[in-house]
Amino acid sequence: MEMTRRDMFALAAGLAAVGLIQMPANASEDAVEAAIKKFAGGMPETGGVEIGAPEIAENGNTVPIEVAAAGATSIMVLAAGNPSPGVGTFHFTEMCAESRASTRIRLAGTQDIVAVAKMADGSTKMARREVKVTIGGCGG
Amino acid sequence: MKKLLAMGVIGLFAATANVALANEDAELVVDGQAFVTKLDAPADSPLSEILSGWRFRNDETQELQTDDFENPAMIFAEYGSELWETADGADGKSCADCHGDAAESMKGLRASMPKWHDGKKTLFALEDHINWSREEHQKAKPWKWESQEMLAMTAYIGLQSRGMPVKVKVDGPAADWWKRGEELYYTRVGQLDMSCAHCHENNYGNMIRADHLSQGQINGFPVYRLKWQGMGSIHRRFKGCMDNIRATPFKRGSDEFTALELYLASRGEGLSVETPALRN
Amino acid sequence: MAKIKPRVKVPKKAKAGEAITIKTLISHPMESGQRKDRKTGKLIPRKIINKFVAKYNGTDVFWMDMEPAVAANPYVEFSVKLTESGTMRFEWTDDDGSVYDIEKKISVA
Repeated sequence: MEMTRRDMFALAAGLAAVGLIQMPANASEDAVEAAIKKFAGGMPETGGVEIGAPEIAENGNTVPIEVAAAGATSIMVLAAGNPSPGVGTFHFTEMCAESRASTRIRLAGTQDIVAVAKMADGSTKMARREVKVTIGGCGG
Repeated sequence: MKKLLAMGVIGLFAATANVALANEDAELVVDGQAFVTKLDAPADSPLSEILSGWRFRNDETQELQTDDFENPAMIFAEYGSELWETADGADGKSCADCHGDAAESMKGLRASMPKWHDGKKTLFALEDHINWSREEHQKAKPWKWESQEMLAMTAYIGLQSRGMPVKVKVDGPAADWWKRGEELYYTRVGQLDMSCAHCHENNYGNMIRADHLSQGQINGFPVYRLKWQGMGSIHRRFKGCMDNIRATPFKRGSDEFTALELYLASRGEGLSVETPALRN
Repeated sequence: MAKIKPRVKVPKKAKAGEAITIKTLISHPMESGQRKDRKTGKLIPRKIINKFVAKYNGTDVFWMDMEPAVAANPYVEFSVKLTESGTMRFEWTDDDGSVYDIEKKISVA
């Protein structure tokens, strides 16, 4: 039997409907979880990490963000909806006034930013925050 | 069919809904220097008020322009300042060799462009002026319109007029160009059959899908666009608009775009030059 | 940008123990490796700044590992507190092995 593109879509949709495969919306969620576990050694509890970001970014190519976590020695930032979730990791020392840093990142669309902080005593914390990204129109 | 299309066009625009928009009362101040981003339009203007594109951006985007360090356009202006001092061409001269300190010799130039050029008997955009000077005085090869060098130089020269009001000469030999620019502004083009006026005169302040429409003012160019992750010229933005309405764009540096640039500059008279500005 | 240029904003003077903000920017395309050349249709190879570090008098103060999701012309802001005068050195490491650097003196009283 030859499969046409349409058949493929129908099959994929059918499988998704019965939960056999995950649709692309969650495609990188496994990668996100893997990255968090690799960095933190497990799933950290939520809280104790601040994420500053625009509620709606006017363009996903350059989104200003800020992360902070009191007492953190490092903070990893992930973009949960990007094809590859890694963004970067900030490392702080005692000469830093605060465990806080800002940068500008690329977001492929509306998605969650995840920040995972590692404390001096080895404990870990995390936060998630949604950023809507303007797509369509002349600015997108 | 025509009617359906027309309805489609109307459907593109929507009143501002669930979107984080700019604080309409925000004022642009960069390192203590205040900018005019809003003024009443003169009686003969098709607009009732004149608004810089800065006013249509959201808080985060606006903020990036209020600090010269955080505005990434400034690294391009800095590169321009190096090029200004660098000898180029067969005559081995730099811009500075003839023009000295750009802060004095280039002050006000951006605010008055495009401008009629007596020698060449044509309307010059700033890019034309730079390339004319390169060929004439430096015996150097012209830069490409959208090259990093040209963008850096137009950003640096433009910076010398920052804060000055836009004021262009539209009479004398420039009058025909201005007329041509006005005609282009109101001419429907492309598969969407739209003119500049449909978005930027009749619908500024409204949303076109997810984008907040501005008046299409050009007082901040060349600008650093978040979308481009880099600098772009006025003519690049024109080309982008024409692509968006599925029209065949004119070329950068074409007579059409330079005429349109003059017309748009005249519609924005009184706004402060913001070059190099930051947009979304 | 024809040239890769670092730029930093650091106060010349600071009080001992006071929090001071450091802003840094480098002109760099941060080519993600996922973008196609419009003319050839081929992927443009990845070329990013993968690490940024700030050192004070030779000691690492703050650093960041970067992935391709960091926007072009990477901007990084952080804050430090210093107890003695010295030199802050900033280094950006490119995928191709190049290191771009800049130094600033800070007088601490």
